[in-house]
Amino acid sequence: MRKLFVFLFIINLSQLIQADIITIEPGSEVQEKLQEALILAKSGDTIQLVAGIYNFSDGLSLDIDDVVIQGAGMQNTILSFSEQKSGAQGLLVTSNGVILKDFAVEDTKGDAIKVIGSNGIYMINLRAEWTQGPKSTNGAYGFYPVESKNVLIDGCIAIGASDAGIYVGQSDNIIVRNNLAQYNVAGIEIENSFYADVYDNIATHNSGGILVFDLPNLPQQGGHHVRVFRNKVVDNDTDNFAPAGNIVGEVPRGTGIIIMANSDVEIFANEISGNGTVNIAIVSFGDSNEEVLSNDLYREKEQERYTNKNYYPHPKSIQVHGNKFGSSGFDPDVEKEVARILADLSNGDMPDIFWDGVLPFFQMIFGQPKDEKLVMRNNGDASFLAINPVKFFFSISDPITRKQEIYQGKIKPLSPVTIDIPEEL
Amino acid sequence: MKITLRILSYLAFFLSSSLFAVNDVSITGVEFPKSLSEFGFFINQDKQIPSKNVHPYELITTLFSDYSYKKRFVYVPKGEKGFYQKNQAFNFPVGSALIKTFYYPQDERNLELGLRLLETRVLLHKESGWEAVSYVWNEEQTEAFIKIAGKTINTSWVNKQGSTIPVRYRVPNKNQCKECHSANDEILPIGPKARNLNKNIFYEEGVKNQLIYLLEEEVIGSYPKNFNTIVDWENKDYPIESRARAYLAINCGHCHTPSGVANSTGLYLDFNETRSIHLGIKKRPVAAGRGSGNFKYSIVPGNAEESILLFRMISTEPGIMMPESGRSLIHHEAISVISQWIQSMSLN
Repeated sequence: MRKLFVFLFIINLSQLIQADIITIEPGSEVQEKLQEALILAKSGDTIQLVAGIYNFSDGLSLDIDDVVIQGAGMQNTILSFSEQKSGAQGLLVTSNGVILKDFAVEDTKGDAIKVIGSNGIYMINLRAEWTQGPKSTNGAYGFYPVESKNVLIDGCIAIGASDAGIYVGQSDNIIVRNNLAQYNVAGIEIENSFYADVYDNIATHNSGGILVFDLPNLPQQGGHHVRVFRNKVVDNDTDNFAPAGNIVGEVPRGTGIIIMANSDVEIFANEISGNGTVNIAIVSFGDSNEEVLSNDLYREKEQERYTNKNYYPHPKSIQVHGNKFGSSGFDPDVEKEVARILADLSNGDMPDIFWDGVLPFFQMIFGQPKDEKLVMRNNGDASFLAINPVKFFFSISDPITRKQEIYQGKIKPLSPVTIDIPEEL
Repeated sequence: MKITLRILSYLAFFLSSSLFAVNDVSITGVEFPKSLSEFGFFINQDKQIPSKNVHPYELITTLFSDYSYKKRFVYVPKGEKGFYQKNQAFNFPVGSALIKTFYYPQDERNLELGLRLLETRVLLHKESGWEAVSYVWNEEQTEAFIKIAGKTINTSWVNKQGSTIPVRYRVPNKNQCKECHSANDEILPIGPKARNLNKNIFYEEGVKNQLIYLLEEEVIGSYPKNFNTIVDWENKDYPIESRARAYLAINCGHCHTPSGVANSTGLYLDFNETRSIHLGIKKRPVAAGRGSGNFKYSIVPGNAEESILLFRMISTEPGIMMPESGRSLIHHEAISVISQWIQSMSLN
């Protein structure tokens, strides 16, 4: 028995020692060489991409657990897909415990880096960029983990995505920090996800800075527990260049942070400034913003079609506190419904924080339950505007309120998100 | 004396098996053989004449692969068979193999002019589960060699109208095989389901239902009397909805199903889906990006032109087109069927 143990121990050790470093260089055969390395890699191996420009005609994919893909820096190791002929993304990862570090993915026809169903995906100091600037023909997402757990996106740069630079969808336990997202339609988007910390990021020159969304008819919905803090969400001033049909296509240029249909979201200690439509918007999900505001009954009917009847289209338990606000609403993007309605209702006096006020009918009359109330505190001289949808719907005069006092409840801080991070990071 | 006989019979068996039969170890072994012939699936490999116990089969509705033709074979180890599973392919035991050769005729108008074999994909049932890999035929058409990382084949064929059609044919890499063949993260066969095998075939001894033939050959075990059979999407005798749903089930529904790779989209096109929103009817895209084509819904009843589903079938641009891999040409006949189906939907 002891012999067996020793034997097993040796096997284990030898496996540890056998972790290989596979070095790949740019060249005409690199498509096949790198793809073969990605398929033949063993758990524990590192695929080293030396500095240089790598040209690919097809997408790449990794399906082996515990592999590191390591470049020589996001300005030095460049995976270019400008000549891409097939493949829906640049790099697809479908395995667990994967570290992607120090390289760039440029000009993919679809998404830059997509990760499906991974437990443990760590994207460190990467760059995803469409080099021709904001264009509707750019790929949708820069960094795109979906249906994943233990997600870390740290020190990355995303530029030019026609949907979101950083997009985490239907995932659990997420940290997005120290990133720069600029000239995307949405800088950072957390969608249908549970437990996310988004902090120390800069979201600038996007159409919308940071979005926390929840959408119906998906395997995972009911997005909740998202903390957005210490971010700089400034000067988001790029015209929305998303192809229509996508939900972000409705985001007005000049929106700082949008919370849609999530629960337990805490927005604090951010610097939010220079957003021409509005610094923060808190809204319900609707098929279009017009319908959200004018016809809640329509949506109730729609809801019957949802797979999960529990889908809750309204934001609840939202806390906004201790943020530093600068200019807001000086250049509303009236092409977009939400901005047009806001501009109309505010009579030119645009707020820092906007709430569409849409709730289940009963709550619109009697108010939200105590523990679901919107709470706002210590936001300096930030201004506020909420719609009274009942008045709005029946065209009763003055359907808005600007009073913040009634929302000054007690802050109940959400607990920090913890994720499993491998030792080598 | 007995021992000598036994050794002799082993030797005889070994010789005959290496010459005329499938090499079982090549299927279940850890390493993939480097060349296709090492499996022994064929008596005459370049003519695709199968060995004993390697049975050809056909499917009612098939996956579009850039108009390529396919020959399909199934091998089940001696004394074993595949058991019926509801809504799934027959459960072929460890040691089984599914073999599929892709080719173009030189000229569709005259098949005598010969074939251009592209690749032979194999699904091998090892102890650890199914594994998929492809073997690419050489220029001389004498042998196919393993291509783990896939390959691009620039070729062409002459179609029924006499036009030469150039094609950038992609042999999938090992990971891409998994895109369609995985359910809940496990690789599984998807073709030989009872509902897609249930058709009459011309055999040497006459016309026979394929399931009955396979049952008699002991390739499969018994199956229920009643199950839904998929229709041939090209057969105009069937209602347009059945034809469209058959095509979508086979070409989209292996990823677009709650247990498939594309389940995060909420668009489910598998054979059994009945919920209109998940079939895409007035369903907003989730993460389609420019795949939306500036349209709002996957399917707009009565308006094929503004339906994202059709837009993505018509496109050949990576990042827009669907399926994501395995297609570089437009499947015109399918677009016509899907358009008719969407047009036929009532606006309510």
